[in-house]
Order: sequence, then C-alpha cells, then structure tokens
Amino acid sequence: MAEIVLRDIEKYFGAAYVVRKLNLTIRHQEFVVLLGPSGCGKTTTLRAIAGLEEIDAGDILIDGAPVQQFEAGDRDIAFVFQLFALYPHLTAYENIAFPLRATRESRTSVDAKVRQVARSLQIEHLLNRRPAALAGGDMQRVAIGRALVRRPKAMLMDEPIGALDAKLREEMRTELKRLHLENGSTTVYVTHDQVEAMSLADRIAIMNDGVLQQVGTPDDVYHHPSNLFVAQFVGSPVMNIAPAVLASEGDATRVVLGDGPCAFEFPAQLARRIAETAAASSGLTLGIRPEGVLISLAEAPGHVPVDAHLIEPLGAYDIVDLKIGPQLVRARTPSGFVARAGDRVWARLDPAQTHFFDTKTGNSLQTRSGDGAH
Amino acid sequence: MAHIKLANVTKKFGSHAALDDLSLEIADGEFFVLLGPTGAGKTTTLRLIAGLERPDAGTIEIGGQDVRQWSAAERDVALVFQYYSLYPRYTVRQNLAFPLKSRVRNYSPAEIDDRIARAAKTLRIEHLLERKTDRLSGGEMQRVSIGRAIVRDPRAFLMDEPLSNLDAKLREALRAELKELQLKLRGTFLFVTHDQIEAMSMGDKVGVLNQGKIVQVGTPHEIYSRPKNTFVASFVGSPTMNLIPAEMSGGRLVAMSGKLQLPAPHQNGRGTVTIGIRSEDIRVGPQEPLDARVHDIENHGVERIVTLRVEDQAFRATVPAALALTIDTSVKFGFNVEKLHCFDAESGANLAFS
Repeated sequence: MAEIVLRDIEKYFGAAYVVRKLNLTIRHQEFVVLLGPSGCGKTTTLRAIAGLEEIDAGDILIDGAPVQQFEAGDRDIAFVFQLFALYPHLTAYENIAFPLRATRESRTSVDAKVRQVARSLQIEHLLNRRPAALAGGDMQRVAIGRALVRRPKAMLMDEPIGALDAKLREEMRTELKRLHLENGSTTVYVTHDQVEAMSLADRIAIMNDGVLQQVGTPDDVYHHPSNLFVAQFVGSPVMNIAPAVLASEGDATRVVLGDGPCAFEFPAQLARRIAETAAASSGLTLGIRPEGVLISLAEAPGHVPVDAHLIEPLGAYDIVDLKIGPQLVRARTPSGFVARAGDRVWARLDPAQTHFFDTKTGNSLQTRSGDGAH
Repeated sequence: MAHIKLANVTKKFGSHAALDDLSLEIADGEFFVLLGPTGAGKTTTLRLIAGLERPDAGTIEIGGQDVRQWSAAERDVALVFQYYSLYPRYTVRQNLAFPLKSRVRNYSPAEIDDRIARAAKTLRIEHLLERKTDRLSGGEMQRVSIGRAIVRDPRAFLMDEPLSNLDAKLREALRAELKELQLKLRGTFLFVTHDQIEAMSMGDKVGVLNQGKIVQVGTPHEIYSRPKNTFVASFVGSPTMNLIPAEMSGGRLVAMSGKLQLPAPHQNGRGTVTIGIRSEDIRVGPQEPLDARVHDIENHGVERIVTLRVEDQAFRATVPAALALTIDTSVKFGFNVEKLHCFDAESGANLAFS
C-alpha cells in the first residue's frame, strides 16, 4: 500500500514562493504525472515527497502518516533522476544490487531479485558491464532497476527519459508503463513534456507558477481544460486561441474572431449559455484544437472562405495555417488534403470541439457538452 | 540571394572524418533543412559554408563563385545560432544596428534606421526596440537574433538549431514565422536541426545526414513516404516506423513466425529482409484479418498510439481516440499493404530503389 497525500504544501526559496498551497492525493498504485514548464514547482514538489527538500507549511502523508520528520532514507521511496547517477566503478549487476547490500539479505536472495528486475527491464545480457560501456537508454534502465529492486512503496521519477533521443524516449515510455503495470508501485513522475504526460499518466497534475492548475485523466485535461494555460500546454500543435465576439442572429449564434472579416456559425443556445456567465461582459476567448477546425475544398453550408497560408506536412497528417483576418488558425487535415499554400478553402469550427474562456481570468466557461461533468 | 553548392567536401578533425565526400546543392531561394542526429556533421557543414572552418578537400561555391579563399565576412552570409549571442548591455536597436555599422558597408544613418524599422516590423519586435536585451524572453531574444541577420541583405541565411532552446509552444509559433519570413524575403535558407518535425514542417527540401554522409535529399513528402534506407525511415516520422524482420520468397513476405503473410510490394530482394510500415498504415478493428495482443496504449489526445504484440514482435499502430481498447486483451489488425516498405536486412537499403 502507498497512498501519498499532499495537504496545503507551501515552499519558499528565499523570497520566491515556489509551491503555493498545493493539495493532491496520489492513490495506491496510481501513476500521476506532474506536468509544467520549467520553474513551475513540479520538481520541488517531487523532492519534498522524497524528503530531499523541507517544506515551509503543510503536510505530506504516506499511507495516512505524516512523514516530514523522516529522513529521505526512511521513507521507503525510490528516486530516479534525469541523470543516471550510477557508480562508474561497479558493474550493472552491482549497481542494481547496491541498495540490497546494506540489508542483511542472503546472497542468493539478492541474486534472485537482481535477475528478476533485470529480466523485466531486458538488461540481463548487460549485467557484467560497467556504466561507461552502456548506451544512454541502458544506463537509465539500470538506474530504474536499482530503484525497483528494493520494491519500494513508491517510485518518484524526475524527467527520467528527458536526456534520451526521440526514438529511445518512445521505447522507454512503453517500457515504463509496462513496468508500472507489472510492479504496481505508486508512481509520481515529473516532466515538462506533455506527450510523455499524456502517454504515461493515469492522472496528470498540471502546475504553473507554483499553483496546481488542474488534475485529471489525460482525456479530461485534453478535452476539458479548466483554463487557458492548461488548454495551451497540453496538445500539439497548440490549441488555437483568439478573442471572440458573439452575436445572436435568428436561430444561430455568430462568432467573429478578432477583427476578422467573417463569422462562424454556432448553435443558438451558445449565446444564451455564455450570457449567463460573468465573462459576457469582460471579454471572451475562443479556443479550438487544430482537429476541431474542419476544412472543405469546395463551398459548403456553414463554411466561410479562407486562405491556406502555409502548409506544414508532418507525414501522417498536415497542419494548415489559415489566415482569418489578423488571426492565424491552424487546422489538421489528412496528408496532402490542401494541395498548395495560398489555395482558397472553406472552414468551419466544430461547435462540439470549441471552448470559450473568460479572457480576464483565463478560466473555461464550461460551455462544451460534457464540460463540468467531473 | 544565392545558390550554394558543396562538391566532394571532406573535413577531418584529427583522424575523424566529420564530413566524408559530401556533395550538396541548395537552390536560390530554397528553404533547405539539414537533418540528422548529434555528431552527424550538420554544424560542421554550416560552419564550412560560413567560412568558420576550411575543408580538407572539395569545393564550396556561393552564387557560382568558389569561396574557399574568402573570409567569413567576404562570404556575406548571416548566421543564427541556438544561443542568442546578443550584446546584453545594448538595446535591441543597438543590437540590430551593429551589423550595419561595419566599415565595409557604409550605410547612412537614415538607411540604418530604415533597415532596422523594416526588420523590426517583419519580426514584430517594434515595441521592443528601446529595451535592453537582458530584459527579453527567450522567444524575443531569438527574434532579435534573426533580426540581426535580416537587417542587411546577406546572400544566404544559415541557422543552427535556432529553436532548440525554446519551449514547445514558442517553437511551433516560430516555425511558422521563419517559414513565412523566408517566403517574404525569397531567401536561401540553410536550417540545421535534429528535430524531424522542424525539418518536415519547414523545409522545401530536406537533406538527411548521418555519420558525415548525405543519406537522402528530397521534399518532406519524399523523405517520409519513400525513405532510401532504414536510417531515414526510422529517423523521420513519429512514432518511429515499425521495422519487422521477414522472409521473402515467391513474391510473398512471411513474418512473426508465419502469423503474418503479405504480398511483397515488388520483386526486388529475397531471403531475409526487413519490412517497414508506419503506425498510421496499420488498421485496428474487428473486420481486420490478423490477431494481436494490446501491449500498451498511449493517449495522444486526437488519437491513440497502441503497441501491439504478436509473439515476440512489438509494433505500433495509430488509432482514432474513440476506438475502445484495453491493455492485455486481443484485437484484430491488418496492414495497408500499399504502404509497405521492404529493406535489405543487412545494408538497410530500401529494395524499391534497387
């Protein structure tokens, strides 16, 4: 069992207020990713759980018991860093066995544990090598092996694959996920890479400026971001945002982006729902992911004419930059769908994939179907 | 703007050949991306063109003239680096003016002002002109660095991973801005990167470099859909192209202990080969013919990337986000055989080219 509870955590570095009243519960066997830009407080939070950093206020509980008075070594938590931190003079085998050597385990029991961990990490053939003779991915596998061999209650990882190249990162992602499934250690994982967070997490906790912005499953944070920061931090290409002005017109709502020349059609109830919110007076920001911008090559009802300004071919699909007045809006299309940059196309914003935010606070108005359901 | 040509260029550092008999042509007004892993020789190529290094063999031409004896200044190319290298105590305006004040150029103060104004407008940094550069954000600093390159009319722009230090959102924005800038200036751009997304999204042409050699030059579409070998196939595209060992005989491919049997895409090659197929060319659904286990599911928002397993062979498929799948259950899958590649198992060469 390992449930980690963070209650009203606060941390200062001198005058800098780096973690602000953070509350988060990491459930038994859960994989939670702390996601955010550099300096958002995610690593400080992780180090506080590990006992490598003291907190200025709040409580950290592991399985219901406060742990602040315990040293890092007494919290039964394993830590994996971005940099491998292996003992260079020891073989991979001895590096993995190291945490067990201090205990009174028998030689055969240590051997069995090292080999079992090595098997699950597929590094059995590398056990006799020293770190200098290992590739980056294998070094990190050994570091993870060393963390796992004690069967700790919880695993804390700080950008463990951030230093690897793109291809290896993809592979390691899958391995880490499988490893978690098989070992079931409660895991807290820190990264600034939203792809990693989306791929690995049961739940993602997004931080910015020391403040927890949203906690939710990958689907939650992707489809129902609670504010503009989350909306634009998760997803690639970044969610399009633009100032929007609404007008009711017969049985439709018409939405103009910026000072754009054209209006997009939305259902009539949108204007009513937005009118009920405070943002109706303070200004609206529309957000839509590239896959929510629908393009037609011919005139079609509800579509407005726009120019395909630039085309970014990404292989499996294209990103087409549309110029709508002063706004640039990106759409995702099948590969080769728009033939040439400069072509005239017709676009529509899918109402089911359009978000509205209060421009002043950045908060989502929860006007999408399914928003606010959790 | 100028056309750039490298012919049979070799550059050694000690006994190590950083570039090995490299030939490359960049057309006038082209956005050319040199793509490769760390240590491939990308930066060396750029430094040779800029005149910061001398080749051990081969010729370098800019605008049809052999420039090997020319100094870096005489070559008149503009460089933008990953690190901004701005003068920290100077304002943005002073930084932009700097390249124009060189004695070889002789611009009048009015002309200098005019050029700064134009560059600042293009890069949307007009409001920053009087600010000191140590008060700028990363994206603003990189815009100023680019501004310093465009205030004069160099014969070519050479850029060495200029977006690498920026965060993801800014990188996306600057990618589009740089491409737009190049279209506007009609400039010859050589852009060096290890990031395949940058290469695909910006390049008119992409040159893939590995171990000091050009492996393939082509449009992003060509590089992606007709990779010359397994190196290009797996370096370009995310997730990485699936590479699966197979046996070829009688026009058929057999893999995964006989569980996978496919018509060969062409008659070239026989015996042991490597099949290549991209994740979006594997279909998953009840109507598909083959059986696999779901090993992993990655949520990528708009879609999911699933790792499937047949025996010991793992491979990835891209599926719509709406498709319901569960780890460690069985699914049906099939290949889009028209998109199948076949590589020589030993050399990695794409057999369609032989």
